[in-house]
Amino acid sequence: MNCIIIDDEATSRTIIGELCSSYKNLNVVEVFSNAIEAIKYLNQNKTDLIFLDIHMPDFNGFDFIRTLKDPPFIILTTADAEFAIQAFEYDCIVDYIVKPIKPERFKKSIQKVEGKLNEKVTATTTEKEKLQTVDDFYVNINKRLIKIDIQSIYLVEAKGDYIYLKTDNKNYTVHSTLKKIEEKLPDHMFLKIHRSYIININKIIDIEDNSVLIEKDIVPVSRSNRPELMKRLNLL
Amino acid sequence: MKEQANLNYINSLSGGDKSFEIKLISIIKKEFKIEKNIYYDNIKSEKLKLCSENVHKIKHKISILGLEKSYKIAEQHENNLREGNSALQDKFSDILNNVTNYLNKL
Repeated sequence: MNCIIIDDEATSRTIIGELCSSYKNLNVVEVFSNAIEAIKYLNQNKTDLIFLDIHMPDFNGFDFIRTLKDPPFIILTTADAEFAIQAFEYDCIVDYIVKPIKPERFKKSIQKVEGKLNEKVTATTTEKEKLQTVDDFYVNINKRLIKIDIQSIYLVEAKGDYIYLKTDNKNYTVHSTLKKIEEKLPDHMFLKIHRSYIININKIIDIEDNSVLIEKDIVPVSRSNRPELMKRLNLL
Repeated sequence: MKEQANLNYINSLSGGDKSFEIKLISIIKKEFKIEKNIYYDNIKSEKLKLCSENVHKIKHKISILGLEKSYKIAEQHENNLREGNSALQDKFSDILNNVTNYLNKL
């Protein structure tokens, strides 16, 4: 877990740095004595966690949070307990520690962040799994929403701003991108074998050199995608 | 009777790492001296709001040195200064002297 420390007091920065050094999975990437420098850094870089002092001259901790478009997890560090209520207004604030920070209290805080990180990972995985168990999706063709049975798709081809969807029963031209449709297709069934082609690996008839015969279509396999295709085949 | 400062907090942080203790004490000494001077300058110029900001920073160091009663006075002084009241100035000066003497002995 990468973190940064923002505090105008050198004493605090040193103490937080020392507390972080006891955790193998906590990596202090940068340390800032003012919020402006930290904003510049965060415009170019990402971090998982920020230790943020509230009480800083010119630009306080809450002003800083309001400038962040996609704030990471934040632990507020302060000498005052009076801002705690305000902290509840921000979803990104995981904890609020009053200085001087005791090692046991710091440990609890890190555990809270780890819990939140795990929740985030689980939520993302569940969303992907949900998408992968859906049997069909709808495409918009001439203002009509047409249901496509995912299992019936054997080939998806990118053609400019459109994709060509070939199914067992019918073919469709849809205004979309290969990347968008790739997100809708289950990984265990479909594979991108070329920058312009996704195939249903269950429908492959044969493979010869750098091409695949799928239904009546011969589809090229790019050199970089071939190893993954070979890995996915049930070879005798 | 003057409250006695201690290094209990710093020791609990260092886990016996002497080089860290020396490094942290040196940073506290340096930063405290600067903050104290700025505070007295602001007191002299009667910039009480700025003084309250200075006390805010100094009080962290007071708590690091285990001066619990002094910390409470500093906290009250900070709040008073924010409202334009410097009544605890003398008591706070005593605390600053106490911290200065302690740090000088380290």
